[in-house]
Amino acid sequence: MIHEFDPYFNYRTTLFLTEKGFYEFWNWFDSESWYPLGRIIGGTLYPGLMVTAALIYWALRFLRFFVHIREVCVLTAPFFASNTTLVAYFFGKEIWDTGAGLVAAVLIAICPGYISRSVAGSYDNEAVAIFALLLTFYLFVKAVNTGSLAWALGSAFGYFYMVSAWGGYVFIINLVPLYVLVLLITGRYSMRLYIAYNCMYILGMLLAMQIRFVGFQHVQSGEHMGAMGVFLLMQVFYFLDWVKYQLNDTKLFQTFLRITVTSAILVGGIALGVGTASGYISPWTGRFYSLLDPTYAKDHIPIIASVSEHQPTAWSSFMFDYHILLFLFPAGLYFCFKRLSDATIFIVMYGLTSLYFAGVMVRLILVATPAVCLISAIAVSATVKNLTSLLRTKQKVSQTGSTKGAGSSKASSKVTLDQSQPFQKNGASALLVGVFYLLSRYAIHCTWVTSEAYSSPSIVLAARGAHGNRILFDDYREAYYWLRQNTPTDAKIMSWWDYGYQITAMGNRTVIVDNNTWNNTHIATVGRAMSSNEDEAYEIMRSLDVNYVLVVFGGVTGYSSDDINKFLWMVRIGGGVFPVIKEPDYLVNGEFRVDKGASPKMLNCLMYKLCYYRFGELTTEYGKPPGYDRARGGEIGNKDIKLEHLEEAYTTSNWIVRIYRVKPPTNRL
Amino acid sequence: MKQSSVVVVDLLLLLLTIAVIATPAFSDLVLSKVERRIDVTSQFARVTKSLKVVNPGSESISEFMLTFPKFLGNNLAYLSVKTKRPLANLSVKKADPKGIPDSISVYSVALPKTLSKGDSLTLEVVATFTNVLQPFPEKITQGEIHLVMLQESAQYLSPYTVESQSLSIKLPNARIESYSKLENTKLQGSELKYGPYKNLPPFSYSPIVVHFESKAAFAVAEKLVREIEVSHWGNVQVTEHYNVVHRGAQLKGEFSRLDFQARPNPRGASAFRHLLARLPPRAHSIYYRDDIGNISTSEMQSDSKKTELLIEPRFPLFGGWKTFFTIGYGLPLSDFLFASEGKRFVNISFGSPMIDLVTEKLIVQVVLPEGSKDISVTTPFAVKQSREIKYSHLDIAGRPVVVLEKDNVVPDHNQHIQVYYKFSNINLLSEPLMLISGFFVLFITCIIYTRADFSISKSSPTYLAKLQWDEVLATLQEVQSIIQKCLAAHDKLEASLRDLSRTGDFQTCKAARKSTDSLLKDLSKELKPLLGFLQSSPSASHISPKVEELVVKEKELQEKLMAKHTTVVEGYEKKSSGRDIENRIASQQQKIIALRQEIEDLLEFIDEI
Repeated sequence: MIHEFDPYFNYRTTLFLTEKGFYEFWNWFDSESWYPLGRIIGGTLYPGLMVTAALIYWALRFLRFFVHIREVCVLTAPFFASNTTLVAYFFGKEIWDTGAGLVAAVLIAICPGYISRSVAGSYDNEAVAIFALLLTFYLFVKAVNTGSLAWALGSAFGYFYMVSAWGGYVFIINLVPLYVLVLLITGRYSMRLYIAYNCMYILGMLLAMQIRFVGFQHVQSGEHMGAMGVFLLMQVFYFLDWVKYQLNDTKLFQTFLRITVTSAILVGGIALGVGTASGYISPWTGRFYSLLDPTYAKDHIPIIASVSEHQPTAWSSFMFDYHILLFLFPAGLYFCFKRLSDATIFIVMYGLTSLYFAGVMVRLILVATPAVCLISAIAVSATVKNLTSLLRTKQKVSQTGSTKGAGSSKASSKVTLDQSQPFQKNGASALLVGVFYLLSRYAIHCTWVTSEAYSSPSIVLAARGAHGNRILFDDYREAYYWLRQNTPTDAKIMSWWDYGYQITAMGNRTVIVDNNTWNNTHIATVGRAMSSNEDEAYEIMRSLDVNYVLVVFGGVTGYSSDDINKFLWMVRIGGGVFPVIKEPDYLVNGEFRVDKGASPKMLNCLMYKLCYYRFGELTTEYGKPPGYDRARGGEIGNKDIKLEHLEEAYTTSNWIVRIYRVKPPTNRL
Repeated sequence: MKQSSVVVVDLLLLLLTIAVIATPAFSDLVLSKVERRIDVTSQFARVTKSLKVVNPGSESISEFMLTFPKFLGNNLAYLSVKTKRPLANLSVKKADPKGIPDSISVYSVALPKTLSKGDSLTLEVVATFTNVLQPFPEKITQGEIHLVMLQESAQYLSPYTVESQSLSIKLPNARIESYSKLENTKLQGSELKYGPYKNLPPFSYSPIVVHFESKAAFAVAEKLVREIEVSHWGNVQVTEHYNVVHRGAQLKGEFSRLDFQARPNPRGASAFRHLLARLPPRAHSIYYRDDIGNISTSEMQSDSKKTELLIEPRFPLFGGWKTFFTIGYGLPLSDFLFASEGKRFVNISFGSPMIDLVTEKLIVQVVLPEGSKDISVTTPFAVKQSREIKYSHLDIAGRPVVVLEKDNVVPDHNQHIQVYYKFSNINLLSEPLMLISGFFVLFITCIIYTRADFSISKSSPTYLAKLQWDEVLATLQEVQSIIQKCLAAHDKLEASLRDLSRTGDFQTCKAARKSTDSLLKDLSKELKPLLGFLQSSPSASHISPKVEELVVKEKELQEKLMAKHTTVVEGYEKKSSGRDIENRIASQQQKIIALRQEIEDLLEFIDEI
């Protein structure tokens, strides 16, 4: 079964791809979402994941394994995760040694930070993207280490795959130049680096332009300009090297160097300035800003800030996802600095930058996971290696000694060796036991986290009953399936955008907005409808041709991430475009409440009415008045809700999803 | 309104029948006693009749005509005619004799024996009609009760004279809104009785309408596809895809979950929540899912006689609501596959295992193993047959599929069908063999790839360097093995010394020394060309100093060991005390241990290259 929100969209597109073929897919105009605007699917998605799944599907079909595309989609993520562990091994081997590679593979295989996106059913871009990311980095490091064109070419293709799979490719195209820059500054410029970077950048850029969603961004957007600058800088370096070789005169060369560097920087600066001013080079996007500055999104783009995955990471979630890796990471950094090479510099930079981004956004923990695993693996491997070599030397000496029997000479030889570090052997073995204890705790923790947090799809809610038995709330699917079966096929469903992908994929109905938040105004219109009173909302819904309205309501079950709790975001996003919606109108003394003390506007807005319609008659908890909202812990303020333009069409068994039918306008008399 | 149109049809029918009465009698048979029972406790009407047929005329007769009003005849799903003595199923076919108006459907029954004058015969007729319980009103709100209407004739419509007849209608034990009151009408509890009526001419007809509450689930499968896949590895896999719709009165207005779940008096009686499937015993691996995943609301109970699966659709079904789901289960092959006369046959039930489900279009696909031949089907009733090919895992030619289609299927159709085919057991092995050969080819290619040399240019510097490096590695390995042998020889020498200290037998010790000497000499001879190669090879330039160091150290160790050996043996020859000897060799011993350690470190270093 497929998890979360986005995978449903991916599944739907993959289905389309396998049924209609690649060209149809590429030119697909989807009229089922963003009604009445529609969405050009082919040009607004990263096709890597779907194409991968379709290729696997076709290959299996060719080999006479008649699998269903759903099965392929569900298992794509674990399959690529297993490939990632292989890449992690080779990467570890490249930057340290085989031992580190092996430990890295083991660590990443069970690291919760990665499992969260690679369980079966998590059919999301990240599933293949992390593999592509690590592969690109590995091949690039290999290219830098060997100076071989073949590896650089491989890394360019890896980059191409990454671009086709996920928007996170921006990370590569910024990290690699940054790394090259650091190497240049630290005086580690070499021919190998020159070959690797140039080949990878040029080819990678050209290949990436083939993806329609990315297009000419590599030469036009501010986010990609760093790579371009470093590329030019490399040429300058190369040129200077050549001049230096030709001149053979240090003084002359110094002057030349000064002139060239200043003019190069000047020309670059002017080009950038002109490009930006003329609009040819677009400035950095809001998402990019919000990555660099955690507070940016909150002030400027409420739609990004409203997603829980985009919140800054809490310490606990680092602990939850990394466990001991968090402590091993600094140790690994120490080892890396101790044995500094091109490869270790890379992994250090990768680790530090990605960890910063992970701190800014919860979901970027995923990007940092491979780096953290690799660096921790270096720590573990180096430590264990040191300890075991200590143990091994001792054993050998004692063996050779013992062959001679108990002689004073042997004893003395042992003493001379032992004098430097008393109890070395015991200490080493104790430490070794400690390391294995830590690692086994890590394994236990990972298993626990995986089974508790990441194995159950979020679309099915599980709770423990009074007797410890498991209760499943399958309300989402109940509602979507009801929509699929019992509404006209051309019905338009209005809901908050979170549920858009699921409604289109599971309910097979047209939605107004969905998780691809490309049109802020459209989302704001829905937000406005939800926060207006029923008459105004009816006008908006009529203009959008809405037939059904779907709201998610957790008041009966105590499910807290429902639409009432998201309501302030709707108000904010709606208010961002339509100034008639003002956030303070829905608050009382800066407080968001739903009980009697709530603001009148709140009590009469559409969302409130739809959620609490006839809720006032229901007793949810023993000993509490009817209409007691368990998610917010209070009795609702407006129990007598009458709907004029809408009627209840369906409510799921635990009231989590409520669907209303929009009545046709009454005849004028 | 549909109701009024039905009434109009009835009136027309009545007029027609009156007209028909004027036509001459169809034949001379007389029905001396007719008893009809109509069971409407479920969503379809099941009519059982017992007809006592008497032939008063002189001609012997071998054919009997069963007639139904057209509006019933069109909805006839199942019809079977039996005689009790002798117990036999009679063949029935649709007939279209002249002189019968269009408003009457006629079926002709072939009698088991010709009836000559004065003979009599009792026929047991079972007929099941779907869609004859009309919901009225057609749209109800959630709180209203579900009322349906049945139309029939109080008198038995027959081309023959009926001497005595009676009708009883078994209603669900619930509210009865209204019923037609004729003479001799009685309502006893939930049973409504009409008759007996005596001596009625042919084609007598008096319409009745019964309007009552039905709590039965009006679950209709618009389409049901049953796929029965026979695997000779021991399993029959049944997969059933249901498109279920509630064909009762449609829901109008709101659906309120609050009212539906309200504790004291829930409203929504017209909806059904469950469907019960009675699967064959020993059914296993049962699943219940739909387009969007597994549905967790199902319960199973099984005993040796049957397996009962209670499934709950994702949402309760109100009138007009639809749902789609799939159930699947495995059955042991031995219960369903038999052999007869060199052929095999699958003997499996035709209809759906769901209780009281009407299927409008049933498609049964029996998938036989790949390579089955001479396929034939026997069914107890007429079905539409066709053939298909299905591809499953590892199929080349595809599996033959027997497709059986039938419209309007009721639980009475749950009879066994037999699919005969020929299949040789050799075919079973083809798929495993294919897999094995596939993997074999894969591994062979891997082996060839790793062993063979695929470089394009045999003279490129990298290629040559690689070749050289391979040679260096091979040499290194040889060096290592020689050194290891040397070390082993040293150990042997040490052992001989230990023996000496225990036994004092220096002759054997000397002999050991001699053999070791010669062995070490041979080894050092072997070592020389290897060292020379390593020194000359450019790609080994960073290793050769280490190797040389290793060899030198080994030599040194050898010397020290020999010296020690000589000292000890001499000591024993001179019969000096053990302590004395030990003191003498103490310094050597330390050096030996240190050297040995160094050599091992070097070996380890070389090992890691």
